Amino acid sequence: MRKWQCVVCGFIYDEALGLPDEGIAPGTAWDAIPADWLCPDCGVGKQDFEMIEIA
Amino acid sequence: MSAPVVIVGTGLAGYNLAREFRKLDSETPLLLITADDGRSYSKPMLSTGFAKNKDADGLSMAEPGAMAEQLKAEVRTHTRISEIDPGHQQLWIGEEAVPYRDLVLAMGAEVIRVPVPGDADDAIFSINDLEDYARFRTAAAGKQRVLLLGAGLIGCEFANDLTLGGYQVELVAPCEQVMPGLLHPAAAAAVQAGLEGLGARFHLGPVLASLNHQGDGLAAQLSDGTLINCDLVLSAVGLRPRINLAAAAGLATNRGVVVDRQLRTSHANIYALGDCAEVDGINLLYVMPLMACARALAQTLAGNPCAVSYGPMPVTVKTPVCPLVVSPPPHGLQGEWSVEGSGADIKALCHDSSGALLGYALTGAAVQEKLALNKRLPVLLA
Repeated sequence: MRKWQCVVCGFIYDEALGLPDEGIAPGTAWDAIPADWLCPDCGVGKQDFEMIEIA
Repeated sequence: MSAPVVIVGTGLAGYNLAREFRKLDSETPLLLITADDGRSYSKPMLSTGFAKNKDADGLSMAEPGAMAEQLKAEVRTHTRISEIDPGHQQLWIGEEAVPYRDLVLAMGAEVIRVPVPGDADDAIFSINDLEDYARFRTAAAGKQRVLLLGAGLIGCEFANDLTLGGYQVELVAPCEQVMPGLLHPAAAAAVQAGLEGLGARFHLGPVLASLNHQGDGLAAQLSDGTLINCDLVLSAVGLRPRINLAAAAGLATNRGVVVDRQLRTSHANIYALGDCAEVDGINLLYVMPLMACARALAQTLAGNPCAVSYGPMPVTVKTPVCPLVVSPPPHGLQGEWSVEGSGADIKALCHDSSGALLGYALTGAAVQEKLALNKRLPVLLA
């Protein structure tokens, strides 16, 4: 499971955790998240995320 | 060759507007003009550079040349507009007239500077863009003690970041709590305690009364008589929207450049967004409203007039020692605050007389409740 970090605000999407409150189940891969999804902390789009190494 | 859409400013507002516009219109010429070096960067990330050990180059996302190519645009760096000439639909850069089809003001906000008596007023830094950050990093190299002026959101973020970067931080501000006006006192106390736990020292109440060079360092005297020796001073006492250019051209300005829900200023073909804009009476210095405006304005510029709307937009404060999310009640709405939790984990909620949630401040473990609470928050601009 990978983690993706928003390059604008630092929010981290953890594939293992998902975002259940937004209807994204734990285990949901980044690619499976809709293209129009926005960062919940700052509103930028998926193109502004990059993959970061698992800590 | 038609006149271009001209965007003044290449911060998050300018560059994101350009990107959103290009998704809808790949042909209309686009010109971006910036007073700085035109590098793409994230302002929120400037509050994390020391902890991550990143210098300005490390925080830079793209050079202006790369942005120009990506955006199919011209990017003019280190260029200041002399004046806007709305009557002739052009800008002046010195003696050069630059016509525009549409003009977008995205110049951001500038720091508020309070002159300080003494011989070291020039040793006071501020960090409001990537170039500022580069200068501060250079000056802070090898130094130890930083005097931080201001206990607002940015002051607290810098206090956390500098402390994690190994600096001894003393914070001075003429208020009773950190982030006054933004945070419930219980949440503010949690953040302050967290920062103090890291070694930061607070002087809440006095102001910096004088600053003088003393040997290799600086001697600061506060208005309550406290003497603080430090190596450099970082000022984060507040920001004000850049409205001078707009005001000089006769555009309506208030706190910011006044725009309506379609981001239109008082003059035809001139728009504004981001930190410099006051949208339907609201000036916000955050990324989420900026992005909503960029998407709406891109539609309008592409020929599809669109009004911006703001849903709930809680602010995540980058104080890792005490995670904090705050959604202040909309301006003008009155409510009652209730507080649960203690110590570092505070859940402060504001409800109106009918029990509807108006706002919150969440620290520590309480931050996990934010997504559920967000669903109950009022929208800011319907």
